[in-house]
Order: sequence, then C-alpha cells, then structure tokens
Amino acid sequence: MPGTLVFLEHHGDELLKPSLAVLSKAAQLGGDVSAALLGSGVESLAAGAGAYGAGTVYVADDPRLEAPLPQPRVDVLAQLVGEHGFDTVLFASSILGADVAAALAARLDAGLNWQLTDLVEQDGQLVGKQPALSDSVVCDVGWTSTPRLALFRAGAFDPAETGGEARVERIEPQLEDFSTQAEMVEQAHEEQSGPSIEDADVIVAGGRGLGSPEAFSLAEELAKALGGAVAATRAVVDAGWYPYAAQVGQTGKTVSPKLYVALGISGAIQHKVGMQSSQVIVAINKDPNAPIFEYSDLGVVGDLHQIVPKLTELVRERRS
Amino acid sequence: MKIAVCVKQVPEAAHRRMNPSTKRLDRSGEGALNAFDANAVEEALRLKDSGGDGEVVVVSMGPEKAVDALRKALAMGADRAVLVSDEGAAGSDLVATSKVLAAALEREGADLVLFGQYAADSEGAVLWAAVAERLRRPLVSQVAELTVEDGSLTGRRQTEFGYDVIRAPLPAVVAVAASINEPRYPSLKGIMGAKKKQQDVLSLADLGVEAGEGASRTTVLALGDPPPRGDSRKVEDDGNAAAQIVEFLAEKRLV
Repeated sequence: MPGTLVFLEHHGDELLKPSLAVLSKAAQLGGDVSAALLGSGVESLAAGAGAYGAGTVYVADDPRLEAPLPQPRVDVLAQLVGEHGFDTVLFASSILGADVAAALAARLDAGLNWQLTDLVEQDGQLVGKQPALSDSVVCDVGWTSTPRLALFRAGAFDPAETGGEARVERIEPQLEDFSTQAEMVEQAHEEQSGPSIEDADVIVAGGRGLGSPEAFSLAEELAKALGGAVAATRAVVDAGWYPYAAQVGQTGKTVSPKLYVALGISGAIQHKVGMQSSQVIVAINKDPNAPIFEYSDLGVVGDLHQIVPKLTELVRERRS
Repeated sequence: MKIAVCVKQVPEAAHRRMNPSTKRLDRSGEGALNAFDANAVEEALRLKDSGGDGEVVVVSMGPEKAVDALRKALAMGADRAVLVSDEGAAGSDLVATSKVLAAALEREGADLVLFGQYAADSEGAVLWAAVAERLRRPLVSQVAELTVEDGSLTGRRQTEFGYDVIRAPLPAVVAVAASINEPRYPSLKGIMGAKKKQQDVLSLADLGVEAGEGASRTTVLALGDPPPRGDSRKVEDDGNAAAQIVEFLAEKRLV
C-alpha cells in the first residue's frame, strides 16, 4: 500500500523538531507513515521517531552522508520512493530540506508545493495551505500526479507524541557520481554563549536599514532602556555586523517575545517566520512598502536614526 | 570562464496580486529584475573581472516583456541575454520551469551557473536545486562568500547552525545569498550599451522541451484570505513618532 514518507533531519544527537512536527502531521492524516533518517552514526536516533508516528524508519548510515549536503540524500530518497512507491513525501523547510525536496522533484518529475502551513484532506484529495505574496493571500494548492512533495514552513505546527514504536530498517545507499562532488570543508557551528534571545520578553532587532555596524548601538541603547535583548537579521549577520547567536529568522532563532521592535528590517518571509508569533510588533522603516508593515501592530514610516534616540530617551524618562 | 546567471522578472512589489480567474500571479503590470538576482549578476561580473576574461550570460524564462529585466542585467555589465518566451510555458511550476532552464543552460555549457537568493514573487528558494539535478552538477546554495580557482569553487554559507564552507569542482551550480555583495547601479554608458548587446529569444520548440500546465505537477485550486491579525496602525513620522510609539507601548502596558 502506498504511504507517506517523511524526511527526518538531525543535528548532533537530536532529531530536529520541525521534521518531527511534520511527521506528527503525517501520522494525524492517517495511512501508512514512514520516515527516512540519513547520516553517519545515526542509527541509534531512528527508534525515537516512532513516538511521533513513524511505523517504519528507513536508515541510511554511511560516512558519505555525514555532511548535511543535499545531493546524496536525493539519491537515497529516490531509491526509497522507487522501492516502496510512496505517494507522498514531506519535508520541514530548512536550508537542507528545501534543496533535497526541490532536487527530488526534478529527479522524479514530481510536483513540489512549498511554504505550506497545513495539509488537509478535502473530498479525498490532499490539499496544501500556502500563504503567498507576503501572506496577503492563502492558496489552496494540489498535485496532479504522485508522488506529491511538500515543504512545510518552519513552526507551522508542533511535534505531537503518540507513543508508538518504529521498526528500523537499514538500507544501503547507492549514490550518483555528481551527487558526491560537493564536499564539506568546514562546519563552524557555534554553540550558544550568553543569555539567549529566545527567553527575552522584549527584543529590539536591527536590519540593514541601520546603515552600519556602528548604528547597532541605537538598538542596544533602546533594548537597554526597555529591559530587552538585541537581535539581528540574516543580512546583517552575514555582513559581519552582529553575531550569529542573535539572528532571528528561518536560519536563526524563532522568538515570541511580548514586544518585538524591528529597526530597519524590511521583513521578508525568511525573517517573518522567526518572529511572527511575537505578541506586539513595532516596526520603524523608511520604506513605506516594506513587507514588515503588513504584520506590524504599529508601523512607523520614517528615519530610524532620528526616531530611535528620541524613543530611547522617552522610554528612559518614563521608567525612571 | 563562462558564467550563466538565471534571472527572473517579477511584478513590482506594489502590483503583486493573484489573478482570480487563472489563480496565477498577475504578470500584466509593471515588472522589474528580481532584486535578489541582481546579487547573482553582480557576483558573476565580479568573478569575470577578477579572472581577466570570460563571459556572463543571463538566462531567463518569462513573457516577452521580461526582456526589460534582462536589459537591466546587460546594463550592469552582462555580455549577452537568453530569454525563453513561449505562450505554452505560462503556468509552469517548479518541475516544468527547471526543465526549460536546464535545456537553455545545456546549450550554453557554462562553467558556473548562478542563482539569486529567492524569487520575490513566488517566494520560492527551490529552483537552483532542481536545475542542478537536471544538469547533474554539484550544487552549493545560500553562498555568502564565493571564490573560484583552479577549476573549483569554495562557498561559505549560513545554515540553521552556523557557517559551512563547501567546495565543489566546476562545472557547478551556486545560489548566492543577498548578503554576498551590493549590486552596482547601471551606468548611463551601460544603459545605452545594453540595447546593442545580443539578446536571443527562444521558443520551447527551439529547446525541444514541453512546459506550461501540461508539464506541471502542481496546481492552485482556490484563493482565500489570510487569517486576520488584529488592528494594524501605520503612521508617517512628522517629528512626533517617538512620542507616538511610547504612547502605543503604554497603551499595551509595555513601558
């Protein structure tokens, strides 16, 4: 019987929450649910997926799968789909997951829908919910053939433990030559240091609109006045203006403070997914068309270099 | 070194809407070069400049007027443009689009194929992996620093866990992050010169591939409204914004 296959991601000795959440979603939809765990020295993690609804976990444990690179994983998933005829293959959205899913779509000539926030059964058909155009519209998307491939937006749902046990089946990966040409030279995966922005009640975040690394002092002063922490966007972290540990967004932290103040942040979807569950969002940006205004409780169109020093002073006065 | 850059014309931010009857993106209004693709064009020009000689070709699929977006890349300094434009390609999804681009890129035989961070209209960050798969070439995505020497490339990129450095032999496919560079503005001379550069328009028949809805594997069934997010206020700063923000925060009991 054709079933659903969920691509599991792991980091160190842990299965990652977003992929377990997708697995729980698949289990909730019913049918035969399997998971694929690909890496090196990962077999001991496999049984843990049973608790989230996997009946079978296929494990490819191979040194060539140690680095989190997409192309060898496409070979293994294509092999699994070929052998077992899965009609649905689901992924949590991530740097790795998106590359694997898109390449697998091309390999199998299969439909891929991305950024899904839900998957439901309607009149016997699987239908994905896809927010589009900066979340101004929600599309119901479908597939015209099988297998159906889908990428789920980070944080779309939480993992749910159902408490089952998974059968673990080992497979021997057969890799294409071109899939193993890219090689990981270095992985600089920094560990957390200092207090985490994930625990802060107030976050003041800075983006490219600050104009320079020095201007981060504006964010720091305001954060101090509000009793909060400073966060940054991917663009400024990549530019070396602020450390990676403070990054909010798809490839950074997911935060939900009581107050999120966005300074000079345009608010692309990659940033939004990391902070949209903040209780109150205030944004200052000089571009009136910045997407962040679409989901801010208060949006101010103006020059943050003028506004923020005054704001910091007013907050300080109020608090003293 | 020959570098191909895949670019897309996207509707201007203010005009982005779905067409309720086709349920596709409305492409009838003003369009522009996808801003993230300008980073890829810039990186190609930088690599060409540092390598001494070479060619930068921009490749796109889209309606005929997408030529305007290609012309911007030419004005920045790209040498040549290839646009696949065919009514039969309208409504192409990821698998269909990747097939067309891969066919166009096969003809070029570039050493390096570059993509930008994502398409601002479809919000997709998936095309490069599908194209690399069809070309059977190594892929490095999300690259924030790129070096090419002695027939191989090295990319530094950010993931959920920090930074990776990945090396791959050429020919290869690379997707760059927006932080990789600051795209140049076309000079007046560049703009004038762009019109004279070679711009080829190809049909699906020229490439021998099928695209459009028939070759696609996904479909949009319905359009709906997003869940509402409470009241949203937007104000222009008239010199009083700081006080307005404090007032708002006080209302919410946040100061």
